[in-house]
Amino acid sequence: MSNRIDGMGLDSSELVEMARRCRINIVRMTHEAGAGHPGGSLSAIDLLVALYGTELSIDQNDPGWDDRDRFIMSKGHASPAVYSILHEVGYLSEVDLMSFRTMGSVCQGHVDMKWTDGVDFSAGSLGMGLSFGLGCSLAATMDSSERNVWVMVGDGELQEGQVWESVMAADFHSAGNLKLIVDRNGIQNDDFVDVQMEVGDVPSKFASFGWEVKEIDGHSFDDILEAINWATGIHHSPCAIIANTVKGKGVSYMENNPAFHGKAPDEDELRIALEELS
Amino acid sequence: MSAPSSGGASRDGYGAGLLRIADDPRVVIIEADLGKSTKSCHFRSEYPNRSFSMGIAEQNMMLVAAGMASSGKVPFASTFAIFTERAFEQVRNGIARSGLTVHICGSHGGIHTGTDGSSAQSIEDLAIYRTIPGMAVMHPCDDLSAEELTVQLLHYERASYMRTARNKTPRVYDADTVTALRIGRGSVIREGDDVCIIACGVMVNEAMNAAEELAVNGVQASVVDMHTIKPLDGELIDAMAATCGCLVTAEDHSVIGGLGGAVAEHLSRTEAVPLEMVGVDDQFGQSGEPLELMQSLGLTSDDITRSAMMAIGRKSG
Repeated sequence: MSNRIDGMGLDSSELVEMARRCRINIVRMTHEAGAGHPGGSLSAIDLLVALYGTELSIDQNDPGWDDRDRFIMSKGHASPAVYSILHEVGYLSEVDLMSFRTMGSVCQGHVDMKWTDGVDFSAGSLGMGLSFGLGCSLAATMDSSERNVWVMVGDGELQEGQVWESVMAADFHSAGNLKLIVDRNGIQNDDFVDVQMEVGDVPSKFASFGWEVKEIDGHSFDDILEAINWATGIHHSPCAIIANTVKGKGVSYMENNPAFHGKAPDEDELRIALEELS
Repeated sequence: MSAPSSGGASRDGYGAGLLRIADDPRVVIIEADLGKSTKSCHFRSEYPNRSFSMGIAEQNMMLVAAGMASSGKVPFASTFAIFTERAFEQVRNGIARSGLTVHICGSHGGIHTGTDGSSAQSIEDLAIYRTIPGMAVMHPCDDLSAEELTVQLLHYERASYMRTARNKTPRVYDADTVTALRIGRGSVIREGDDVCIIACGVMVNEAMNAAEELAVNGVQASVVDMHTIKPLDGELIDAMAATCGCLVTAEDHSVIGGLGGAVAEHLSRTEAVPLEMVGVDDQFGQSGEPLELMQSLGLTSDDITRSAMMAIGRKSG
């Protein structure tokens, strides 16, 4: 008998509203901290909202439930996105969010499983999360569990060699419960990805390693929900959702602007952002 | 202590230890195409469903192990000692920092590995893993002690690194004496009060030979098998320093940061006594037979004997 929980059971309008609240918290917490990575959090947030809102089998009263689905945020600098979602789930308080990056805070600069209930992986060093997810996936298979393992990586992160070690290994081990989302926002720390080192035809690359691949608009809930449904129906191999996104999505001056990869909004910028998101 | 004259390599002990803990269904092994060398292959033959090949991809292997540990498994990941170093940051950030219990075994450690040459001769592994917060570092001296310590790792809930050696060395322990070993506690395998030789790995046998040579000249040496370099048995070091008044460390590893470094750090914060360090003196090895290399790099019982006499000569009064 399945003991799965289908996410938070939200409908489309609730997803839109939750994404709006999360975006507000992303800009608020990075402003409060005077640091952090709003751009890659805003590009990823619609995907996280859809995943937590409709699919992830987690217990809102027990973040440590052994048989929960795993969500591994490999691009750990997008921690504000994760914290804003975990606030919606109920694992983090408003006070927790506003303590982001301060001494003793459960909201560490990069997501850290030792510090935060509901965080399944300690990230911060790019390229490691998919390997970790493969380990979780193999363990779930050993346990004959239905739990899925979702991993999110950035497109700049695909430059890390270890990603491709794990892509090859996941295919070899037929990790059908491993679901990857690539946040293809086109910007990395220093500049646009195609300037730093273009990662090329990402769907074809994954397909050539034996993965099932689907390319979507990462800000269309219709696309995202369809892709999640597609991914959960795949059991014979790992699959990748290549989500085309806009860095800084939802805040005009951050959109597609490399400057806001790792820069917090100042007072005026916060005001503008909140006006746009309200 | 009686010392049987023959035995296996410590890597054989690792393989035997894995088989002894295989009844625990949480135990999994992860390999990077060197299972026949590290000896996890025996587990793989018996328990293929709990054995995972990651190909020649050590970075991935370390994080796969971490993911499994986070899901309730007890992973034992192995490759050559030198190739674990390639994934140092993965061990640091992905395993130890996350508080995950992954047991890493690096075989073929040290120059003792021989003719493969310097690319395979890890002489810095003990040092680098010592620097990772909370991580245990071990280097057993023979097959039986490697087996015993591997078995104990099943219930040792922190990340660990165990270096094993490629080549056979004489057994220091027998089936009875080995059961007294405990992770984190040094083992006194010879008692004397003129000098204490603290050794690990293949150098324990050299230390015992040196103690015999010293005894011929009327010098009584204690010998400690410091199979666990971290957490270091500081109490035992203090006791030996008090009894003998000087120490010699001996390791098939750089003198920088390994056993000698660890003992020196400890002494600097306690009762300082003369310390001499036998190890690789900030240089790379080359191809050669183990004995040739040990002679070339100053890792023989004669080198320990000379260092012991120097340490004794430095004692005040």
